[in-house]
Amino acid sequence: MGAALKTSQNTQTDFSQEVINALNHEPPTEGPHKKSFWSTISIPLLAIFTGLLVGAILIAVTSPEVYAAFGESIGKGFITAFRQIGTAYQALFTGSLGDPVRIFNALRMGDAKEIRMAINPFLESLVQATPYIFTGLAVALGFRSGLFNIGVEGQLFIGAACATYVGYAIKGLPPYIHMPLALLAGAAGGAFWGFIPGLLKAKTGGHEVINTIMLNWIAFRLTEWLLSGPMTREGSGGMPISPIIEKSAQIPQFFQSPIRFHLGFFIALATAWLIWWLLFKTTWGLNLRTVGTNPRAAKYAGLNTTNSIIVAMSLSGALAGLAGANQILAVNHSMALGLSSGYGYDSIALALIGNNHPVGVILSSLLFGTLRNGATRMMVVSGIPIDIVDVIQAIILMFVAAPAIIRAIYHIKQPKKEEETVFLSGWGGK
Amino acid sequence: MSASTQIIQHKKVFEVSRARRTFTGIAELLIGLFILIVFAFTLPASVTTRFVMTPGGIDVGQMADWVLPSQLALIILASICILVGLFAFIRGYGRWTNAALGACSLFLVFSFLIWQAAGKSLNLGGMLSSAVMLAVPITLGAFSGILAERSGIINIAIEGMMLMSSMVAALTGSIMHNPWLGLLGGVLSAMLLALIHGVLSIKFKVNQTISGTVINIFSAGMTAFISQKFLQHNEAINNPPMFSRIQIPGLANIPFIGPILFNTNLFVYLMLVILIVLQVALFQTRWGLRLRSVGEHPKAADTLGINVIRTRYMGILLSGLVAGIGGAFFTLGSVGRFDEGMTAGKGFIGLAAMIFGNWNPIGALGAGLLFGFADAIGSKLSLLGSAIPPQFMAMAPYLITMIVLAGFIGKGQAPAAEGIPYEKE
Repeated sequence: MGAALKTSQNTQTDFSQEVINALNHEPPTEGPHKKSFWSTISIPLLAIFTGLLVGAILIAVTSPEVYAAFGESIGKGFITAFRQIGTAYQALFTGSLGDPVRIFNALRMGDAKEIRMAINPFLESLVQATPYIFTGLAVALGFRSGLFNIGVEGQLFIGAACATYVGYAIKGLPPYIHMPLALLAGAAGGAFWGFIPGLLKAKTGGHEVINTIMLNWIAFRLTEWLLSGPMTREGSGGMPISPIIEKSAQIPQFFQSPIRFHLGFFIALATAWLIWWLLFKTTWGLNLRTVGTNPRAAKYAGLNTTNSIIVAMSLSGALAGLAGANQILAVNHSMALGLSSGYGYDSIALALIGNNHPVGVILSSLLFGTLRNGATRMMVVSGIPIDIVDVIQAIILMFVAAPAIIRAIYHIKQPKKEEETVFLSGWGGK
Repeated sequence: MSASTQIIQHKKVFEVSRARRTFTGIAELLIGLFILIVFAFTLPASVTTRFVMTPGGIDVGQMADWVLPSQLALIILASICILVGLFAFIRGYGRWTNAALGACSLFLVFSFLIWQAAGKSLNLGGMLSSAVMLAVPITLGAFSGILAERSGIINIAIEGMMLMSSMVAALTGSIMHNPWLGLLGGVLSAMLLALIHGVLSIKFKVNQTISGTVINIFSAGMTAFISQKFLQHNEAINNPPMFSRIQIPGLANIPFIGPILFNTNLFVYLMLVILIVLQVALFQTRWGLRLRSVGEHPKAADTLGINVIRTRYMGILLSGLVAGIGGAFFTLGSVGRFDEGMTAGKGFIGLAAMIFGNWNPIGALGAGLLFGFADAIGSKLSLLGSAIPPQFMAMAPYLITMIVLAGFIGKGQAPAAEGIPYEKE
């Protein structure tokens, strides 16, 4: 950002230099030869560790039992606090990755069904991570092109509504046509919802942050109306819920219920690969990233910034729409208003933690899915509200966004060259 | 964006291009025709609309009901709009172009009400009174945004600050059995978040939108966590005493206006006081000039000996203070208990109102009232049994914001240095 200020005040000769730099050099965020592997992942890892630490403190501080124990003696207080944290985080671990003892026993017995059930917590974490991969990619793609898409939540709802409609209204199609069609409908709906702020940004300069927030609310109201009116389930009595989609539109699950692990996870991985390829292996992707890191240079180089903004927002919306479609077609099988537990907002944190790189997005999605899945178990065992995950996520995001704090806490030396950050401007969209 | 282009843009504001004159003229004509064709001609001639002018439960400043012959009133309103539109073609309104369009839009809304309530009675006083109440958090959110952004810091964390404040206000208010202490607690919690936002974005130079997002996620998680862990099991700590209605002697007796503005909640008065203080302080005092200069051109301000960093911290802390009052309104002025996510995006709409009002307190109040009014219309119309789904009425403010942002009513002017961390060289 400091660089942006400087460039805006320098003379024109610097721009040509900038253009050359932007076109000749890959942004310093990639290229493993420029930065060691450890320095790339040390900050996120330490941020995650610190986030979990803060979560542990929160668990201890809000526990009445700990206070009661401290009332007796300080030693007892600490023991109780550690026991509380231990129980909670153990539940978090076994709830998200499985109980090692049970898995070991199941493997020894060789009972296929028992093995599946023992590793189901892990599979369920993958199920939880799947929508995060899509929404994380959506936000990351936006950031890479200099756009802050807070509208993922709304795009997800519109995408889900479109996928639901195709899922239940069209009947008699074979599964290999119906399912992809419904998925595409979801992507198209999300793309349209992303196209609007993209167009507004490109043509009028209306800032995408405000426009996407507004479109989120419009999307919620619109789906509420759709689900209680035109798309309502027969006999629901005006309750906002859609009919159940056709069997042929469902994304297949691999195992018998209650194991929900489904093909969508692999579709998400394939999508991540596609986005990686688009961003880093095509000219289009290079142009997009140039627009993102240095819009002025991109303009001077003659790149069509207008077009790339619209395309990037639409594509970002399509990814968000896929997240909604995936949840409907693979997990819920019908649409209700509680479709998303804030995937759109969480994915902002997620994309940033993953350094806006598809691989990073997958990794941090796995982390978020695991946390959320484990937190459900933690709530059952220790009565700790699942929302503690949000607090932990906020802390992690804070430390990833301000690595100086992490460096200060853990006495890490600052790398010689600052990473190039995404370019985000004020409301004027200048 | 350099200072010279800023000056050029300022000049442009008062120069109305021919295309815009034509556009607003056409818009005004269309509004007139729309009222005439869709509203006036679909009603039988004999129908009347009855407007009740005093909100329910108030006995001072009563005003008699207002009974209008629906069709005649609509025809008159339509004619005025058409005349205004024609005049726009002939002479134009210069700097009053937006005002003329605004007046016609107001007539459109009023016509819509006459049409919807034809043959029935509608409590206009009650509707306006609830519109003012609904506008309070939005307007305070917008003021909060103005304070931060005029000093050069984007504050999308208003939503999170309000949510935290509403929870803390309910908690401290319940424990202390005192709404004032509740308000204090809420405000302090919001200012603490503002301080974090300030340290992240001023000291650590974190992207301000991202650090705002951190605050929002943190607040949503933390308030839900505490609510589920404590407030839901223990009614005693989620039952704060509320501020009761305060009647201002004399002013409350003015018919129509009195019951709506001068016989109402403490927060409405706070909103009006902050409006006046902020408007005067920003544009008439040295303090305001300094704050604005830091937001527009920090380097120049620094050269003149203004402490940029300190001014920005002051801006963001005051922003937190105002957001805290806005948040406390939910629990201490409106509902009387904390529910998860009860701010329901009002902070974000406040941001939109700030942009809508062109970073100006009076403009922000106008925008806030408009949003509040749209909210109030939605709930009243569903009571009247309107054919329009309430969800569509609820969408209106968001749509209006997007249209305004797209530049139909002229482009707003954000502080030039906003979002850019200041680095002393």
